[in-house]
Amino acid sequence: MYVVIAGGGKVGANVARSLMRLGHEVTLIEQRRDRFERLEDEFEHQVQRGDATELFVLERAGMARPPDIVLALTGDDEDNMVICQLAKERYGVPKVIARVNDPRNQAHFDLLGISPTICATSSIMALVEHEVPEHDLIHLLELRRENLEIVEVQIDRDSPSAGKRVEGLKLPEGSRLISVMREGKAEIAVGSTTLEAGDQVLAILEPGKEDELRRVLLRR
Amino acid sequence: MKALIIGCGRVGSTIALQLHKEGWEVTVIDENEDALSRLGENWPGAFFVGHGMDTDVLREAGIEEMDAVVASTDGDNTNIVIGQVAQKRFGTQCVVARILDPARADFYAARGLRTVSPTKTAIDTLMEAVRECEVRPVGTVSA
Repeated sequence: MYVVIAGGGKVGANVARSLMRLGHEVTLIEQRRDRFERLEDEFEHQVQRGDATELFVLERAGMARPPDIVLALTGDDEDNMVICQLAKERYGVPKVIARVNDPRNQAHFDLLGISPTICATSSIMALVEHEVPEHDLIHLLELRRENLEIVEVQIDRDSPSAGKRVEGLKLPEGSRLISVMREGKAEIAVGSTTLEAGDQVLAILEPGKEDELRRVLLRR
Repeated sequence: MKALIIGCGRVGSTIALQLHKEGWEVTVIDENEDALSRLGENWPGAFFVGHGMDTDVLREAGIEEMDAVVASTDGDNTNIVIGQVAQKRFGTQCVVARILDPARADFYAARGLRTVSPTKTAIDTLMEAVRECEVRPVGTVSA
């Protein structure tokens, strides 16, 4: 597979190294001279110096072939957005992945149809919520393209769903329970699964159905 | 008519002053508070400090009621994103983005963004000026 990576910072350089080790053909683009010179010692002709939002730089990196995938991993969100738009719409690159540096820019990536994206801040926040739950319903994963999300709900003693079988719950349309974690062991949730206080339940649902699900499981 | 100017450098500030003179109600956004001084001592319009890609700042500046938005920061890609956000999220009718790189300006112009490339304008003007020169062949210069 041929991969073009824009941005040779810690993220870009490590991704490039990993992909090369797997035997893939990689071109890394880095703008800053000091970084480029350090990278050149290691990657030789597989790193090129330039602004990856300039068409001639992209073309020199083989954008017209086109690559199987372009990874926009610079530290600038606006650059990553433009790189992805150029890759997809001008060069017909079938797949792109963009790094989101500032989570407030996520909406712009979504607006411009750039997907999938990866944001370290958002991932860390989701983990913090998972490890130290502050809320009764935690967002674990957003599946943007599918317009679905996976959430975790903690069942407690007062929850109306405690002691009930899954098939007996009036779950909102567009939602399903996936699994039940009890005493460190997870099981797939089926109709006959009975919920108990202390269970951590994973559910998949359409965004916006959280409140309905919360009402059914927790009455809150 | 209401206009929002994002990026108050030499270009943005001059456009803001000019539009104001032509009777527009002008609002300006810049990351740097000092940019306000470019608008003279008694700037009558609104001025907001913040990043032009920050939706909260754009809303606060009233982007939803604007007839025109000018993206004139010193970053091509910033202007490209701001321009598209104004068009696609806020539905602004007239959006103009300053893009120095002629290649990117052409690409986004083809996709419906009104782009202005000062570099391209400079190239065209300089070419015109060179063509207009009356140059005599070297051999015929008389002593």
